Amino acid sequence: MIGWRSTWAIYTRELMRFLRTAFQSVLAPVITTALYFIVFGAAIGSEMPDLDGVDYGAFIIPGLLMLTLLGETTNNSSFGIYMPRFTGTIYELLSAPVGVAETLIGFVGAAATKSLILAAIILLTARLFVDYTIVHPVLAVLFIILVAASFSLFGFILGIWADNFEKLGIIPLLFLTPLTFLGGTFYSIDMLPKPWDTVALANPIVYLVSGLRWTFYGQSDVNIWVSFGITVGFLVVCVTIVTLIFKTGWRLRA
Amino acid sequence: MEPILELDGLSKVYSGGLKALDDVNLTIRKGEIFALLGPNGAGKTTLIGAVCGMVTPTSGTIRAFGHDMAKDWRKARARIGLVPQELSTDMFEPVMRAVSYSRGLFGLAPDKDRIEEVLRSLSLWDKRDERIMALSGGMKRRVLIAKALAHEPDLLFLDEPTAGVDVELRKGMWRIIDEMRSRGVTIILTTHYIEEAEEMADRVGIIRGGKIVMVDEKDAMMARLGRTEAHIALAAPLSQIPPSIARYPVELEQNGSSLCYRGGDGAGKGKQDVAALTKALLAEGIDYTGIDIRESSLEDIFVSLLGEEEAG
Repeated sequence: MIGWRSTWAIYTRELMRFLRTAFQSVLAPVITTALYFIVFGAAIGSEMPDLDGVDYGAFIIPGLLMLTLLGETTNNSSFGIYMPRFTGTIYELLSAPVGVAETLIGFVGAAATKSLILAAIILLTARLFVDYTIVHPVLAVLFIILVAASFSLFGFILGIWADNFEKLGIIPLLFLTPLTFLGGTFYSIDMLPKPWDTVALANPIVYLVSGLRWTFYGQSDVNIWVSFGITVGFLVVCVTIVTLIFKTGWRLRA
Repeated sequence: MEPILELDGLSKVYSGGLKALDDVNLTIRKGEIFALLGPNGAGKTTLIGAVCGMVTPTSGTIRAFGHDMAKDWRKARARIGLVPQELSTDMFEPVMRAVSYSRGLFGLAPDKDRIEEVLRSLSLWDKRDERIMALSGGMKRRVLIAKALAHEPDLLFLDEPTAGVDVELRKGMWRIIDEMRSRGVTIILTTHYIEEAEEMADRVGIIRGGKIVMVDEKDAMMARLGRTEAHIALAAPLSQIPPSIARYPVELEQNGSSLCYRGGDGAGKGKQDVAALTKALLAEGIDYTGIDIRESSLEDIFVSLLGEEEAG
Protein backbone atom coordinates (compact mmCIF):
# COMPACT_ATOMS: atom_id res chain seq x y z
CA MET A 1 0.00 0.00 0.00
CA ILE A 2 1.36 3.39 -0.95
CA GLY A 3 1.42 6.14 1.69
CA TRP A 4 0.16 9.06 -0.37
CA ARG A 5 0.67 11.62 2.38
CA SER A 6 4.33 10.60 2.67
CA THR A 7 4.65 10.71 -1.12
CA TRP A 8 3.09 14.19 -1.21
CA ALA A 9 5.44 15.38 1.55
CA ILE A 10 8.51 14.24 -0.43
CA TYR A 11 7.14 15.61 -3.71
CA THR A 12 6.26 19.07 -2.38
CA ARG A 13 9.52 19.38 -0.48
CA GLU A 14 11.54 18.58 -3.59
CA LEU A 15 9.55 21.13 -5.59
CA MET A 16 10.14 23.71 -2.83
CA ARG A 17 13.86 23.01 -3.15
CA PHE A 18 13.55 23.73 -6.87
CA LEU A 19 11.62 26.94 -6.23
CA ARG A 20 14.31 28.15 -3.81
CA THR A 21 16.64 28.33 -6.76
CA ALA A 22 13.90 29.18 -9.26
CA PHE A 23 15.72 32.19 -10.68
CA GLN A 24 18.76 30.10 -11.59
CA SER A 25 16.66 27.08 -12.57
CA VAL A 26 14.53 29.08 -14.98
CA LEU A 27 16.98 31.64 -16.24
CA ALA A 28 19.79 29.18 -17.08
CA PRO A 29 17.78 27.11 -19.61
CA VAL A 30 16.20 30.26 -21.09
CA ILE A 31 19.60 31.84 -21.72
CA THR A 32 21.15 28.57 -22.96
CA THR A 33 18.26 27.92 -25.34
CA ALA A 34 18.30 31.49 -26.57
CA LEU A 35 22.05 31.21 -27.28
CA TYR A 36 21.58 27.97 -29.24
CA PHE A 37 18.87 29.59 -31.32
CA ILE A 38 20.94 32.69 -31.96
CA VAL A 39 23.99 30.64 -33.04
CA PHE A 40 22.45 27.56 -34.69
CA GLY A 41 19.02 28.88 -35.53
CA ALA A 42 19.62 32.42 -36.76
CA ALA A 43 23.35 32.63 -37.67
CA ILE A 44 24.13 29.17 -39.06
CA GLY A 45 20.54 28.02 -39.60
CA SER A 46 19.80 30.77 -42.10
CA GLU A 47 22.45 29.23 -44.37
CA MET A 48 21.11 25.69 -43.94
CA PRO A 49 18.57 24.01 -46.21
CA ASP A 50 15.34 22.59 -44.78
CA LEU A 51 15.77 19.12 -43.23
CA ASP A 52 13.01 16.58 -43.96
CA GLY A 53 10.93 19.52 -45.11
CA VAL A 54 11.36 21.33 -41.76
CA ASP A 55 13.04 24.71 -41.36
CA TYR A 56 16.45 24.14 -39.68
CA GLY A 57 15.61 26.50 -36.77
CA ALA A 58 12.48 24.49 -36.03
CA PHE A 59 14.26 21.17 -36.72
CA ILE A 60 16.64 21.61 -33.79
CA ILE A 61 13.89 22.40 -31.20
CA PRO A 62 13.20 18.75 -30.17
CA GLY A 63 16.95 18.08 -29.93
CA LEU A 64 17.57 21.19 -27.82
CA LEU A 65 14.62 20.26 -25.65
CA MET A 66 16.06 16.77 -25.16
CA LEU A 67 19.53 18.20 -24.45
CA THR A 68 18.25 20.36 -21.59
CA LEU A 69 15.72 17.79 -20.41
CA LEU A 70 18.24 14.97 -20.04
CA GLY A 71 20.84 17.12 -18.30
CA GLU A 72 18.50 18.94 -15.93
CA THR A 73 16.41 15.88 -15.04
CA THR A 74 19.44 13.72 -14.31
CA ASN A 75 21.12 16.47 -12.28
CA ASN A 76 17.98 17.38 -10.32
CA SER A 77 17.24 13.82 -9.42
CA SER A 78 20.80 12.80 -8.61
CA PHE A 79 21.32 15.85 -6.38
CA GLY A 80 17.90 15.28 -4.80
CA ILE A 81 19.00 11.95 -3.32
CA TYR A 82 22.77 12.54 -3.10
CA MET A 83 22.55 15.65 -0.93
CA PRO A 84 20.54 13.97 1.88
CA ARG A 85 23.11 11.16 1.82
CA PHE A 86 25.96 13.66 1.91
CA THR A 87 24.49 15.84 4.69
CA GLY A 88 23.05 12.96 6.71
CA THR A 89 19.42 14.05 6.40
CA ILE A 90 18.70 10.71 4.70
CA TYR A 91 18.14 9.37 8.24
CA GLU A 92 14.69 10.91 8.22
CA LEU A 93 13.66 9.14 5.04
CA LEU A 94 15.11 5.81 6.16
CA SER A 95 13.48 5.95 9.58
CA ALA A 96 10.05 6.93 8.21
CA PRO A 97 7.39 4.40 7.21
CA VAL A 98 8.07 5.00 3.52
CA GLY A 99 9.15 2.43 0.96
CA VAL A 100 10.40 2.38 -2.58
CA ALA A 101 7.05 3.47 -4.06
CA GLU A 102 6.67 6.62 -1.95
CA THR A 103 10.33 7.56 -2.38
CA LEU A 104 10.30 7.03 -6.13
CA ILE A 105 7.01 8.74 -6.83
CA GLY A 106 8.02 11.63 -4.56
CA PHE A 107 11.55 12.21 -5.82
CA VAL A 108 11.08 11.16 -9.42
CA GLY A 109 7.69 12.84 -9.70
CA ALA A 110 9.18 16.11 -8.48
CA ALA A 111 12.17 15.82 -10.84
CA ALA A 112 9.82 15.04 -13.73
CA THR A 113 7.58 18.00 -12.84
CA LYS A 114 10.58 20.32 -12.83
CA SER A 115 11.51 18.94 -16.25
CA LEU A 116 8.04 19.61 -17.63
CA ILE A 117 8.21 23.18 -16.35
CA LEU A 118 11.62 23.55 -18.03
CA ALA A 119 10.30 22.02 -21.26
CA ALA A 120 7.46 24.55 -21.30
CA ILE A 121 9.94 27.39 -20.70
CA ILE A 122 12.22 26.17 -23.50
CA LEU A 123 9.33 25.85 -25.94
CA LEU A 124 8.14 29.36 -25.08
CA THR A 125 11.68 30.70 -25.51
CA ALA A 126 11.99 28.89 -28.85
CA ARG A 127 8.77 30.55 -29.98
CA LEU A 128 10.53 33.92 -29.70
CA PHE A 129 13.00 32.81 -32.41
CA VAL A 130 11.24 30.26 -34.59
CA ASP A 131 7.73 29.61 -35.76
CA TYR A 132 6.80 25.95 -35.23
CA THR A 133 3.75 23.74 -34.90
CA ILE A 134 3.59 20.50 -32.95
CA VAL A 135 1.89 17.82 -35.04
CA HIS A 136 1.15 15.40 -32.17
CA PRO A 137 0.99 17.60 -29.04
CA VAL A 138 -0.51 14.93 -26.74
CA LEU A 139 2.10 12.36 -27.78
CA ALA A 140 4.79 15.00 -27.40
CA VAL A 141 3.76 15.65 -23.77
CA LEU A 142 3.54 11.89 -23.13
CA PHE A 143 6.98 11.33 -24.63
CA ILE A 144 8.47 14.17 -22.57
CA ILE A 145 6.92 12.72 -19.39
CA LEU A 146 8.27 9.27 -20.26
CA VAL A 147 11.78 10.61 -20.88
CA ALA A 148 11.65 12.83 -17.77
CA ALA A 149 10.55 9.90 -15.59
CA SER A 150 13.21 7.58 -17.05
CA PHE A 151 16.06 10.03 -16.58
CA SER A 152 14.83 11.02 -13.12
CA LEU A 153 15.21 7.36 -12.20
CA PHE A 154 18.58 7.25 -13.91
CA GLY A 155 19.65 10.33 -11.92
CA PHE A 156 18.31 8.70 -8.75
CA ILE A 157 20.51 5.65 -9.37
CA LEU A 158 23.44 7.95 -10.08
CA GLY A 159 22.85 9.86 -6.84
CA ILE A 160 22.87 6.62 -4.86
CA TRP A 161 25.89 5.19 -6.67
CA ALA A 162 28.03 8.33 -6.33
CA ASP A 163 30.07 8.62 -3.16
CA ASN A 164 31.58 11.99 -4.05
CA PHE A 165 30.72 15.08 -6.08
CA GLU A 166 33.11 14.11 -8.88
CA LYS A 167 31.28 10.86 -9.55
CA LEU A 168 28.00 12.75 -9.42
CA GLY A 169 29.06 15.01 -12.27
CA ILE A 170 31.11 12.62 -14.35
CA ILE A 171 28.30 10.61 -16.00
CA PRO A 172 26.31 13.63 -17.26
CA LEU A 173 29.51 15.38 -18.33
CA LEU A 174 31.37 12.52 -19.99
CA PHE A 175 28.50 10.45 -21.35
CA LEU A 176 25.12 12.14 -21.38
CA THR A 177 26.04 15.48 -22.95
CA PRO A 178 28.35 14.04 -25.67
CA LEU A 179 25.83 11.32 -26.55
CA THR A 180 23.08 13.94 -26.79
CA PHE A 181 25.19 16.13 -29.08
CA LEU A 182 25.99 13.07 -31.21
CA GLY A 183 22.39 11.87 -31.03
CA GLY A 184 21.02 14.01 -33.81
CA THR A 185 20.27 17.14 -31.80
CA PHE A 186 21.51 19.44 -34.57
CA TYR A 187 21.30 17.12 -37.57
CA SER A 188 19.48 14.15 -39.01
CA ILE A 189 21.58 10.99 -38.79
CA ASP A 190 20.73 10.44 -42.48
CA MET A 191 23.22 13.27 -43.11
CA LEU A 192 26.08 11.17 -41.71
CA PRO A 193 28.35 9.35 -44.17
CA LYS A 194 28.40 5.56 -44.10
CA PRO A 195 29.11 3.71 -41.84
CA TRP A 196 28.54 6.46 -39.24
CA ASP A 197 24.80 6.61 -39.90
CA THR A 198 24.62 2.95 -38.77
CA VAL A 199 27.09 3.42 -35.89
CA ALA A 200 24.94 6.31 -34.66
CA LEU A 201 22.08 3.85 -34.07
CA ALA A 202 24.09 2.39 -31.17
CA ASN A 203 23.63 5.68 -29.38
CA PRO A 204 20.44 5.38 -27.28
CA ILE A 205 19.90 9.14 -27.28
CA VAL A 206 19.27 8.97 -31.06
CA TYR A 207 15.98 7.18 -30.35
CA LEU A 208 14.90 9.81 -27.82
CA VAL A 209 15.66 12.78 -30.05
CA SER A 210 14.16 11.02 -33.05
CA GLY A 211 11.03 10.06 -31.12
CA LEU A 212 10.44 13.58 -29.87
CA ARG A 213 11.10 15.00 -33.34
CA TRP A 214 8.44 12.67 -34.72
CA THR A 215 5.86 13.96 -32.21
CA PHE A 216 6.75 17.52 -33.32
CA TYR A 217 6.93 17.17 -37.10
CA GLY A 218 5.85 13.64 -37.99
CA GLN A 219 9.40 12.97 -39.33
CA SER A 220 12.02 10.83 -37.64
CA ASP A 221 15.31 9.05 -38.19
CA VAL A 222 14.00 5.81 -36.68
CA ASN A 223 10.55 4.29 -36.33
CA ILE A 224 8.53 6.03 -33.59
CA TRP A 225 7.54 2.73 -31.97
CA VAL A 226 11.17 1.69 -31.71
CA SER A 227 11.81 5.00 -29.93
CA PHE A 228 8.86 4.47 -27.57
CA GLY A 229 9.91 0.86 -26.98
CA ILE A 230 13.49 1.76 -26.12
CA THR A 231 12.38 4.57 -23.79
CA VAL A 232 9.89 2.30 -21.99
CA GLY A 233 12.54 -0.43 -21.78
CA PHE A 234 14.99 2.02 -20.21
CA LEU A 235 12.30 3.05 -17.72
CA VAL A 236 11.66 -0.57 -16.74
CA VAL A 237 15.39 -1.25 -16.29
CA CYS A 238 15.75 1.83 -14.06
CA VAL A 239 12.68 0.92 -11.95
CA THR A 240 14.09 -2.59 -11.48
CA ILE A 241 17.49 -1.29 -10.40
CA VAL A 242 16.00 1.23 -7.95
CA THR A 243 13.71 -1.46 -6.47
CA LEU A 244 16.74 -3.71 -5.97
CA ILE A 245 18.64 -0.85 -4.35
CA PHE A 246 15.83 -0.32 -1.85
CA LYS A 247 15.41 -4.03 -1.18
CA THR A 248 19.10 -4.54 -0.48
CA GLY A 249 19.73 -1.12 1.07
CA TRP A 250 22.80 -0.73 -1.16
CA ARG A 251 24.55 2.57 -0.30
CA LEU A 252 21.50 3.61 1.70
CA ARG A 253 21.71 1.49 4.82
CA ALA A 254 24.85 0.54 6.71
CA MET B 1 5.34 -3.76 32.55
CA GLU B 2 4.33 -4.09 28.89
CA PRO B 3 7.35 -4.37 26.54
CA ILE B 4 7.41 -1.78 23.78
CA LEU B 5 10.64 -2.88 22.11
CA GLU B 6 12.31 -6.28 22.17
CA LEU B 7 15.72 -7.04 20.70
CA ASP B 8 16.57 -10.69 20.49
CA GLY B 9 20.04 -11.91 19.52
CA LEU B 10 20.69 -8.75 17.54
CA SER B 11 24.07 -8.66 15.83
CA LYS B 12 25.65 -6.40 13.26
CA VAL B 13 28.92 -7.04 11.50
CA TYR B 14 29.93 -4.24 9.10
CA SER B 15 31.43 -5.07 5.74
CA GLY B 16 34.91 -4.23 7.06
CA GLY B 17 34.51 -6.98 9.67
CA LEU B 18 33.77 -4.74 12.65
CA LYS B 19 31.29 -6.41 15.00
CA ALA B 20 29.29 -3.42 16.19
CA LEU B 21 26.52 -5.40 17.90
CA ASP B 22 27.10 -8.82 19.40
CA ASP B 23 24.04 -10.88 20.35
CA VAL B 24 22.17 -8.01 21.98
CA ASN B 25 19.09 -8.97 24.00
CA LEU B 26 17.16 -6.06 25.41
CA THR B 27 13.58 -5.26 26.37
CA ILE B 28 12.31 -1.72 26.74
CA ARG B 29 9.20 -1.16 28.84
CA LYS B 30 6.37 1.16 27.97
CA GLY B 31 6.64 4.64 29.47
CA GLU B 32 10.18 4.39 30.81
CA ILE B 33 13.29 6.44 30.16
CA PHE B 34 16.06 4.03 29.32
CA ALA B 35 19.61 5.33 29.23
CA LEU B 36 22.08 3.43 27.09
CA LEU B 37 25.57 4.17 28.28
CA GLY B 38 28.81 3.20 26.69
CA PRO B 39 32.15 4.56 25.54
CA ASN B 40 32.71 5.78 21.98
CA GLY B 41 32.33 2.98 19.45
CA ALA B 42 30.46 0.76 21.91
CA GLY B 43 27.58 0.24 19.46
CA LYS B 44 25.00 2.71 20.79
CA THR B 45 24.33 4.46 17.48
CA THR B 46 24.39 1.16 15.56
CA LEU B 47 21.75 -0.20 17.92
CA ILE B 48 19.55 2.84 17.31
CA GLY B 49 20.20 2.61 13.57
CA ALA B 50 19.14 -1.04 13.51
CA VAL B 51 15.81 -0.23 15.16
CA CYS B 52 15.20 2.90 13.10
CA GLY B 53 16.00 1.43 9.69
CA MET B 54 19.40 2.95 8.96
CA VAL B 55 21.34 -0.21 9.67
CA THR B 56 20.54 -3.68 8.37
CA PRO B 57 21.12 -6.20 11.18
CA THR B 58 23.27 -9.22 10.35
CA SER B 59 21.14 -11.47 12.55
CA GLY B 60 18.55 -11.36 15.30
CA THR B 61 15.06 -9.95 15.53
CA ILE B 62 13.58 -6.61 16.51
CA ARG B 63 9.98 -6.37 17.67
CA ALA B 64 8.44 -2.96 18.27
CA PHE B 65 4.88 -2.62 19.58
CA GLY B 66 4.50 -6.33 18.92
CA HIS B 67 5.42 -5.95 15.23
CA ASP B 68 8.35 -7.78 13.68
CA MET B 69 10.43 -4.95 12.21
CA ALA B 70 11.57 -7.18 9.34
CA LYS B 71 7.96 -7.65 8.19
CA ASP B 72 5.66 -4.99 9.67
CA TRP B 73 8.23 -2.22 9.58
CA ARG B 74 5.75 0.38 8.35
CA LYS B 75 3.43 -0.03 11.34
CA ALA B 76 6.32 -0.06 13.78
CA ARG B 77 8.25 2.85 12.27
CA ALA B 78 5.15 5.06 12.19
CA ARG B 79 5.28 5.07 16.01
CA ILE B 80 9.02 5.63 16.43
CA GLY B 81 10.79 8.99 16.46
CA LEU B 82 14.50 9.66 16.18
CA VAL B 83 16.64 12.62 17.15
CA PRO B 84 20.04 11.93 15.61
CA GLN B 85 23.36 12.81 17.13
CA GLU B 86 24.44 15.00 14.22
CA LEU B 87 22.61 18.23 13.41
CA SER B 88 21.36 16.79 10.13
CA THR B 89 18.58 18.77 8.52
CA ASP B 90 17.99 20.99 5.51
CA MET B 91 19.47 24.20 6.86
CA PHE B 92 17.80 26.35 4.20
CA GLU B 93 14.30 25.38 5.25
CA PRO B 94 12.21 27.47 7.66
CA VAL B 95 11.48 25.76 10.98
CA MET B 96 7.71 25.43 10.46
CA ARG B 97 8.07 23.84 7.04
CA ALA B 98 10.76 21.42 8.21
CA VAL B 99 8.60 20.21 11.09
CA SER B 100 5.48 19.99 8.92
CA TYR B 101 7.46 17.94 6.37
CA SER B 102 8.42 15.43 9.05
CA ARG B 103 4.77 14.99 10.02
CA GLY B 104 3.77 14.46 6.39
CA LEU B 105 6.63 12.04 5.79
CA PHE B 106 5.24 9.82 8.52
CA GLY B 107 1.90 9.75 6.73
CA LEU B 108 -0.07 12.09 8.98
CA ALA B 109 -2.45 14.80 7.81
CA PRO B 110 -1.29 18.39 8.30
CA ASP B 111 -2.20 19.66 11.76
CA LYS B 112 -1.18 23.26 12.44
CA ASP B 113 -2.39 23.10 16.04
CA ARG B 114 -0.21 20.09 16.75
CA ILE B 115 2.83 21.68 15.09
CA GLU B 116 2.23 24.88 17.06
CA GLU B 117 1.98 22.89 20.28
CA VAL B 118 5.27 21.12 19.56
CA LEU B 119 7.06 24.33 18.60
CA ARG B 120 5.75 26.18 21.64
CA SER B 121 6.78 23.35 23.97
CA LEU B 122 10.32 23.66 22.61
CA SER B 123 10.32 27.48 22.68
CA LEU B 124 10.60 27.57 18.89
CA TRP B 125 7.28 29.20 18.01
CA ASP B 126 8.82 32.66 17.67
CA LYS B 127 11.39 31.19 15.29
CA ARG B 128 8.91 29.29 13.12
CA ASP B 129 9.58 31.35 9.99
CA GLU B 130 13.35 31.53 10.46
CA ARG B 131 15.65 29.42 8.33
CA ILE B 132 17.24 26.69 10.42
CA MET B 133 20.72 27.86 9.42
CA ALA B 134 20.08 31.16 11.24
CA LEU B 135 19.41 29.44 14.59
CA SER B 136 21.87 28.73 17.39
CA GLY B 137 23.23 25.20 17.91
CA GLY B 138 20.87 24.57 20.80
CA MET B 139 17.86 25.71 18.80
CA LYS B 140 18.88 23.53 15.86
CA ARG B 141 18.91 20.56 18.21
CA ARG B 142 15.45 21.53 19.43
CA VAL B 143 14.27 21.69 15.81
CA LEU B 144 15.43 18.09 15.40
CA ILE B 145 13.43 17.16 18.51
CA ALA B 146 10.40 19.01 17.10
CA LYS B 147 10.75 17.10 13.83
CA ALA B 148 10.91 13.82 15.73
CA LEU B 149 7.83 14.73 17.78
CA ALA B 150 5.77 16.02 14.84
CA HIS B 151 4.27 12.60 14.15
CA GLU B 152 3.46 11.98 17.81
CA PRO B 153 5.72 8.94 18.36
CA ASP B 154 5.19 6.51 21.22
CA LEU B 155 8.86 5.61 21.29
CA LEU B 156 11.55 8.23 20.92
CA PHE B 157 15.27 7.69 20.42
CA LEU B 158 17.50 10.53 21.54
CA ASP B 159 21.05 9.93 20.38
CA GLU B 160 23.30 12.14 22.52
CA PRO B 161 20.64 14.86 22.83
CA THR B 162 22.83 17.22 24.83
CA ALA B 163 26.16 16.66 23.10
CA GLY B 164 27.95 19.97 22.74
CA VAL B 165 25.33 22.12 24.46
CA ASP B 166 25.94 24.29 27.50
CA VAL B 167 24.86 23.42 31.04
CA GLU B 168 21.79 25.66 31.04
CA LEU B 169 20.53 24.28 27.75
CA ARG B 170 21.26 20.74 28.89
CA LYS B 171 19.03 21.25 31.90
CA GLY B 172 16.37 22.74 29.63
CA MET B 173 16.65 19.62 27.50
CA TRP B 174 16.16 17.41 30.59
CA ARG B 175 12.96 19.34 31.34
CA ILE B 176 11.74 18.71 27.79
CA ILE B 177 12.52 14.99 28.08
CA ASP B 178 10.68 14.87 31.38
CA GLU B 179 7.63 16.52 29.79
CA MET B 180 7.68 13.97 26.98
CA ARG B 181 7.76 11.15 29.48
CA SER B 182 4.81 12.69 31.35
CA ARG B 183 2.89 12.57 28.05
CA GLY B 184 3.52 8.82 27.94
CA VAL B 185 6.37 8.73 25.42
CA THR B 186 8.89 5.95 26.02
CA ILE B 187 12.39 7.33 25.66
CA ILE B 188 15.66 5.64 24.88
CA LEU B 189 18.57 7.98 25.24
CA THR B 190 22.25 7.51 24.67
CA THR B 191 24.59 9.86 26.39
CA HIS B 192 28.15 10.48 27.36
CA TYR B 193 27.01 12.52 30.35
CA ILE B 194 26.43 9.95 33.06
CA GLU B 195 24.96 12.74 35.18
CA GLU B 196 22.23 12.95 32.56
CA ALA B 197 21.36 9.28 32.95
CA GLU B 198 21.47 9.63 36.72
CA GLU B 199 19.10 12.57 36.52
CA MET B 200 16.65 11.21 33.97
CA ALA B 201 16.70 7.46 33.59
CA ASP B 202 14.48 4.83 35.14
CA ARG B 203 16.71 2.06 33.86
CA VAL B 204 20.26 2.00 32.63
CA GLY B 205 21.91 -0.30 30.13
CA ILE B 206 25.67 -0.42 29.73
CA ILE B 207 27.05 -1.43 26.35
CA ARG B 208 30.64 -2.12 25.46
CA GLY B 209 32.14 -3.70 22.36
CA GLY B 210 28.64 -4.32 21.00
CA LYS B 211 27.60 -6.36 24.04
CA ILE B 212 25.14 -5.33 26.70
CA VAL B 213 27.20 -5.61 29.87
CA MET B 214 24.42 -4.83 32.32
CA VAL B 215 20.81 -3.68 32.42
CA ASP B 216 19.12 -2.70 35.64
CA GLU B 217 16.90 -0.18 37.38
CA LYS B 218 19.05 2.85 37.98
CA ASP B 219 18.26 2.89 41.71
CA ALA B 220 18.82 -0.86 42.01
CA MET B 221 22.12 -0.58 40.14
CA MET B 222 23.26 2.20 42.42
CA ALA B 223 22.09 0.25 45.48
CA ARG B 224 23.88 -2.87 44.32
CA LEU B 225 27.07 -1.33 43.04
CA GLY B 226 27.12 2.01 44.82
CA ARG B 227 29.47 2.67 47.69
CA THR B 228 29.90 5.19 50.49
CA GLU B 229 33.33 6.63 51.04
CA ALA B 230 34.11 8.49 54.29
CA HIS B 231 37.37 10.03 55.45
CA ILE B 232 37.45 10.67 59.19
CA ALA B 233 40.21 13.07 60.31
CA LEU B 234 41.47 11.84 63.68
CA ALA B 235 42.44 14.20 66.51
CA ALA B 236 45.54 12.04 67.19
CA PRO B 237 47.19 9.52 64.86
CA LEU B 238 46.52 5.83 65.37
CA SER B 239 49.13 3.12 64.93
CA GLN B 240 46.60 0.31 64.57
CA ILE B 241 42.85 -0.14 64.30
CA PRO B 242 41.14 -1.38 67.49
CA PRO B 243 39.18 -4.67 67.08
CA SER B 244 35.79 -2.97 67.68
CA ILE B 245 36.51 -0.68 64.71
CA ALA B 246 38.08 -3.35 62.51
CA ARG B 247 34.70 -5.02 61.94
CA TYR B 248 33.92 -2.10 59.60
CA PRO B 249 35.53 -1.91 56.14
CA VAL B 250 38.11 0.67 57.19
CA GLU B 251 41.80 1.37 56.77
CA LEU B 252 44.23 3.91 58.09
CA GLU B 253 45.64 6.51 55.73
CA GLN B 254 47.93 9.56 55.92
CA ASN B 255 50.22 7.87 58.48
CA GLY B 256 47.30 7.05 60.75
CA SER B 257 45.92 10.56 60.96
CA SER B 258 42.83 9.63 58.95
CA LEU B 259 40.51 6.65 58.89
CA CYS B 260 38.94 5.73 55.56
CA TYR B 261 35.65 3.85 55.31
CA ARG B 262 34.62 2.25 51.97
CA GLY B 263 31.42 0.26 52.04
CA GLY B 264 27.66 0.37 52.14
CA ASP B 265 25.29 -0.44 49.34
CA GLY B 266 24.46 2.87 47.74
CA ALA B 267 21.05 2.81 49.42
CA GLY B 268 21.83 4.26 52.84
CA LYS B 269 23.68 1.42 54.57
CA GLY B 270 26.98 3.24 54.19
CA LYS B 271 25.71 6.34 55.99
CA GLN B 272 24.36 4.20 58.81
CA ASP B 273 27.71 2.41 59.04
CA VAL B 274 29.59 5.72 59.23
CA ALA B 275 27.25 6.99 61.99
CA ALA B 276 27.81 3.76 63.97
CA LEU B 277 31.54 3.93 63.28
CA THR B 278 31.85 7.44 64.73
CA LYS B 279 30.05 6.29 67.89
CA ALA B 280 32.38 3.28 68.11
CA LEU B 281 35.40 5.58 67.74
CA LEU B 282 34.19 7.79 70.60
CA ALA B 283 33.45 4.68 72.69
CA GLU B 284 37.12 3.64 72.16
CA GLY B 285 38.17 7.14 73.25
CA ILE B 286 39.30 8.07 69.75
CA ASP B 287 38.35 11.64 68.96
CA TYR B 288 38.02 13.06 65.45
CA THR B 289 38.05 16.58 64.00
CA GLY B 290 36.10 16.19 60.76
CA ILE B 291 34.28 13.83 58.41
CA ASP B 292 34.25 13.97 54.62
CA ILE B 293 31.58 11.63 53.25
CA ARG B 294 30.38 10.98 49.68
CA GLU B 295 28.19 8.50 47.87
CA SER B 296 29.48 7.02 44.63
CA SER B 297 27.78 8.35 41.53
CA LEU B 298 26.50 6.41 38.52
CA GLU B 299 29.65 7.61 36.81
CA ASP B 300 31.83 5.88 39.44
CA ILE B 301 29.84 2.69 38.89
CA PHE B 302 30.07 3.03 35.10
CA VAL B 303 33.84 3.60 35.18
CA SER B 304 34.35 0.76 37.63
CA LEU B 305 32.21 -1.63 35.57
CA LEU B 306 34.06 -0.81 32.36
CA GLY B 307 37.36 -1.15 34.25
CA GLU B 308 36.34 -4.62 35.46
CA GLU B 309 35.37 -5.57 31.91
CA GLU B 310 38.72 -4.43 30.63
CA ALA B 311 40.58 -6.29 33.37
CA GLY B 312 38.41 -9.37 32.78
